[in-house]
Amino acid sequence: MQLVILLIALGVIAALGYFFARRKLLVAAGRTSIRPHSMPGYHGWYVALWCALPSLIVLLVWLIFEERILEALLISYLGPEITSQPVNMLGLLLNDIRNLAIGDALSREVDPALQAAAERYAALRNTARAAMLGGGLALGVAGLAWSWYRVRPSFRARHGVERIVKGALIVASFVAVVTTVGIILSVLFESIRFFSIVSVGDFLFGLEWSPQTAIREDQVGSSGAFGAVPLFTGTLLITLIAMVVALPVGLFSAIYMSEFASPGVRNAVKPVLEILAGVPTVVYGFFAALTVAPALRDIGTGLGLDVASESALAAGAVMGIMIIPFISSLSDDAIVAVPRSLREGSLAVGATRAETVIKVILPAALPGIVAACLLAISRAIGETMIVVMAAGLAAKLTANPLDAVTTITAQMVTLLVGDQEFDSAKTLAAFALGFALFLATLALNVLALFIARKYREQYE
Amino acid sequence: MRVAGWQVSETSARRLKKRYRRERRLKAFGILAILIALGVLALLLGSVIERGHPAFVKTEIAFNLDISAELIKPDKLSKGKYGKVIRNALFNTFPKVKKRSERRELLALVSKGAHFQLRRMVRDDPRLIGTVQRVWLPASSDVDMLVKGSMPRDVPESERRLNDRQIAWLDALEKNGQLQTSFNSSFFTGSDSREPELAGIGGALAGSFWTLLITLILAFPLGVAAAIYLQEFAPKNRITDFIEVNINNLAAVPSIVFGLLGLVIFIQLFELPRSTAIVGGLTLMLMTLPTIIISTRAALSAVPPSIREAAYGVGASSVQVVSHHVLPLALPGIMTGTIIGMARALGETAPLLMIGMVAFIVDIPAAPFDSATALPVQIFLWADSPERGFVEKMSAAIIVLLAFLILMNALAVYLRRRFETRW
Repeated sequence: MQLVILLIALGVIAALGYFFARRKLLVAAGRTSIRPHSMPGYHGWYVALWCALPSLIVLLVWLIFEERILEALLISYLGPEITSQPVNMLGLLLNDIRNLAIGDALSREVDPALQAAAERYAALRNTARAAMLGGGLALGVAGLAWSWYRVRPSFRARHGVERIVKGALIVASFVAVVTTVGIILSVLFESIRFFSIVSVGDFLFGLEWSPQTAIREDQVGSSGAFGAVPLFTGTLLITLIAMVVALPVGLFSAIYMSEFASPGVRNAVKPVLEILAGVPTVVYGFFAALTVAPALRDIGTGLGLDVASESALAAGAVMGIMIIPFISSLSDDAIVAVPRSLREGSLAVGATRAETVIKVILPAALPGIVAACLLAISRAIGETMIVVMAAGLAAKLTANPLDAVTTITAQMVTLLVGDQEFDSAKTLAAFALGFALFLATLALNVLALFIARKYREQYE
Repeated sequence: MRVAGWQVSETSARRLKKRYRRERRLKAFGILAILIALGVLALLLGSVIERGHPAFVKTEIAFNLDISAELIKPDKLSKGKYGKVIRNALFNTFPKVKKRSERRELLALVSKGAHFQLRRMVRDDPRLIGTVQRVWLPASSDVDMLVKGSMPRDVPESERRLNDRQIAWLDALEKNGQLQTSFNSSFFTGSDSREPELAGIGGALAGSFWTLLITLILAFPLGVAAAIYLQEFAPKNRITDFIEVNINNLAAVPSIVFGLLGLVIFIQLFELPRSTAIVGGLTLMLMTLPTIIISTRAALSAVPPSIREAAYGVGASSVQVVSHHVLPLALPGIMTGTIIGMARALGETAPLLMIGMVAFIVDIPAAPFDSATALPVQIFLWADSPERGFVEKMSAAIIVLLAFLILMNALAVYLRRRFETRW
């Protein structure tokens, strides 16, 4: 509530600041013979920005840390004999106090001590909110006063506004960097916690994957094994099948479209092929699980083969279909980039068009095509929904495409979906897998970029 | 020997023939590859539509419901015995059915959630109490599928979910005009349910709407601002190079990793509530940002330098050049890129699974802080359900999802065609 009031008030003050700063400048400019440096609007914007921005920044920081500060104050109020209990019990208690204060459902009976704590919390919260409202408004007014004082014809308001705008643009472009750093740090820290429970060697080279840890100490056979090799091989098997499907189809269609097809055919077929890239992966998962897998099993039964209902072949084949447009459009780009002169030179010495394609164009476009394949592989190993819906969950070390295998991404989903605490080895394992996945895709992308740059022929 | 009007030797004629054959083979492979890709696409869409179209129709059974004041007390509407009203109506329609097991089979014709509809009706209009009303109630999923032909009648009784007796009852109902199929509007307005015949995508659509709204209002300004800086203002140095490499790599990070990031940052660190649209939107924002930045940069760089130089020439500052001239001219391209990024975010599932938007949620979310699920996640959830009735719901939800995606992409193509300037 206070937040809404504060935002509206800041908006109103900023708008007023805009109009009155403009007026002040126009009046002042009318009185003197000095030509103002900046247009009146810039003076208005300068005041409005100075009024709203500092307050909003402080507000954002406050909202991020508010809950933590309140919690610390509450703990100091509760005293050491209550707060010395284990962390999760304390968390539960704090949650109940919070819920009681805002009138939500509780997990225990209300006793006077709890009631008192809740009232204390509510009082703290109210004080904090009132302080936020007052502080925010005070800061806004201070900004207004300071910038208002500076408005005069000789003041370079446009430079001020443009500095603020450029600063905002720089901050926005750092969000991408912050995201990368966030990914690396969050995944890395959780992985380190995982590796303090399970050794790196066991994870990377262990052949047994059964992440169910025992709930009680004395349970049998569920100590939890975190050997990720079956997941890596499963991922590789499915990726391999996908590439076996996608590479020929994608490459041949790219060759046909760029070298043989008439412009009409090209313009008609290309957008249709691109639909394949726009279909959500959950739809491919549906297709793999409900159409392709049963069909393959029926065919297998007809041939006397034993095909698992969640075979790697079904998931891999559908994943291959998903990455066809990747390979075809990236290879198409690489083929089109080969200069005309090479093509014409080859045709001029009497080669057929097929010979030109195979002996001249493909070698010249090879770095681009290899890069396309690497990007497609990176895409395939990071693909989640198809394998979650159509591949199995049992980790099995096998190279048989008719068998059920599981993958890194499928296991990550199984480990993290559902309610559980964030610090068991089971959930942390998902972060270790995510870290491995991130590193693998990053390496493939960097390698693809490197190949495309290093081996690209520089014509001209 | 003559080939194409030229006199050639026998060996070279043979060789030529071989070479042309190879050319034809390569061409055939190309056509075959394209046909395979197109065929698979057709198969994919065909299987979705074939399975999904029945879900847009629902089967209803009409009963004369005696809404007696004994069972539903006007002052205690929430405690009324609505199920009993429906049971009585069923037993009255088939008075000969007395055996307990047969009565249970009879009850299985009507949806288990039919009493919710009755309760809603009575709550909206309490004057109904004490009257007899003819009401169309939703049939159970098995009946629904049988009537729509998704489940065959002519197989042995042991392989059917409905036995001969139940089918006979249905035929009797149909003869009396008590059985009808109508447009399934509740599929679009309802939310998830344990009963396939009642489940709808309304909740998931609302969840997707809130999620995408958050994504759009955060990713669009941030992405455009970052792209403007990198393309128009950034000096060429190590830091900006680093940012560029970063953005390109982020665009290729698997979406599930963004889910991990959202889980750690927004849920564990900022303690935002789990499985809400706000967390989903923030996570998808981080994922969509690189797409928007890259397409915005492409649009900005397509504006010819002459425009910039002319603006500088009449005395504009660098910020004025960008905001008055370059940005408006690049806007169609930016919009196109943004719509395509949003379409991708709409179809994304994996990161939302990581941040817990997979709960079974009956209430339709009304704000970003409510628990929600999204359309693709709903499809995934139904795919996990064992009931056969969910297959058509899931396929119909896919049809709706694809329709939205086609709409968004068509809009992007339209914008590009309509406003794009060729320099």
